[in-house]
Amino acid sequence: MTGMSRPPVDDAWLVVPLFNEAAVVGDVVRGVLPTFPHVVCVDDGSSDGSAAVARAAGARVLEHPVNLGQGAALQTGITYALSRGARYVVTFDADGQHRVEDAADMVDLARREDVAIVFGSRFLDDRTDAGLLKRIVLKVAVWFTNQSTGLRLTDAHNGLRVMRADAARGVRLRQDRMAHASEIVLQLGRTRLPWREHPVHVLYTDYSRGKGQSLWNSVNILVDLVFR
Amino acid sequence: MLIQVILLVAIGWVAVVLNRSTADARHQAIRRLLLAAFIVAAAASVLFPSILSRIANVIGVGRGADLLLYGLVIAFLSFIATSFRRMSRMQSQLTALARELTLARAALVDRGVVPDVAGPDAPTPGGPAVSSDDPRDD
Ligand SMILES: Nc1nc2c(ncn2[C@@H]2O[C@H](COP(=O)(O)OP(=O)(O)O)[C@@H](O)[C@H]2O)c(=O)[nH]1
Ligand SMILES: [Mg+2]
Repeated sequence: MTGMSRPPVDDAWLVVPLFNEAAVVGDVVRGVLPTFPHVVCVDDGSSDGSAAVARAAGARVLEHPVNLGQGAALQTGITYALSRGARYVVTFDADGQHRVEDAADMVDLARREDVAIVFGSRFLDDRTDAGLLKRIVLKVAVWFTNQSTGLRLTDAHNGLRVMRADAARGVRLRQDRMAHASEIVLQLGRTRLPWREHPVHVLYTDYSRGKGQSLWNSVNILVDLVFR
Repeated sequence: MLIQVILLVAIGWVAVVLNRSTADARHQAIRRLLLAAFIVAAAASVLFPSILSRIANVIGVGRGADLLLYGLVIAFLSFIATSFRRMSRMQSQLTALARELTLARAALVDRGVVPDVAGPDAPTPGGPAVSSDDPRDD
């Protein structure tokens, strides 16, 4: 099961939220296109020319006129992918933390076992090295999400997910910023469609560590979730 | 006394400014009635400080000034709450608007009506480095 030998997945759309990742997004887009020919990046007012880089690399790029947040970008991308007739919608980060093989395996799984939703989880095996503190925060986030959604997931704030069109149509994110990660689980759970988790390897590079969500933001996420 | 004039002018000014806001009719009416009551009370307490003290004593607060402070704290907190609600509503309206714009433009591009290029003021890679003022705020 190597990425090279697979036939392209042409009934899926990759939805990539994009914000100031000009240094890496070109490689990310070029890396996924052979497997996923349909890629839509939703740029959110990046100031470093990310949109142009992604476009040059061959992605379809939509641009929000102002920065709305990752959740808002995902919703825009999901709506767009559905309007283009996507049978599967895959959410995938622009910062190179996700692996194409994992995404393709997850679509395979959804097809093979006829499940509507596949959540990526970095805690089903021990390949991912997130660092102790981040690990603790993520575990708390998982617990919180499970409490409020009724699903039993092992990972919550993982940006790699596969939704079949019927499941994706049940998603209407109102959390514009990072708190959407719990909201999307909640809304997908409410569709009552069958779901699975799939182990994925999240790559923690120096780049992603430097740019990713700081632990402070988990406080903001919590406030967003409670007061909304 | 001069202080009475100053306070009355200030209260009158607040009354005018606050009443210029807009919102749905019933809430607005309630807000205005409360505001009117508050203004009358504030003005009365300036003109007849002893009334405020007496009311304070009746409900078990030491001084009239303390009563005023408590009232102010409550008013301030409810102000925070209402503006928070108003801000989130405005944010979700902005999101809906921006998304509609983005998707409408995307549809035009997909149908070949307009070319797929960025707007004239879009940053280009290698141009000005990542600006330090992050547009994301809370
Ligand atoms: N559209 C959009 N994308 C964002 C925003 N913030 C982050 N992203 C993207 O969301 C993905 C994950 O963000 P990141 O900060 O790395 O989160 P983490 O991996 O969970 O720490 C990346 O592809 C980012 O480019 C935003 O405000 N708008
Ligand atoms: Mg990241």
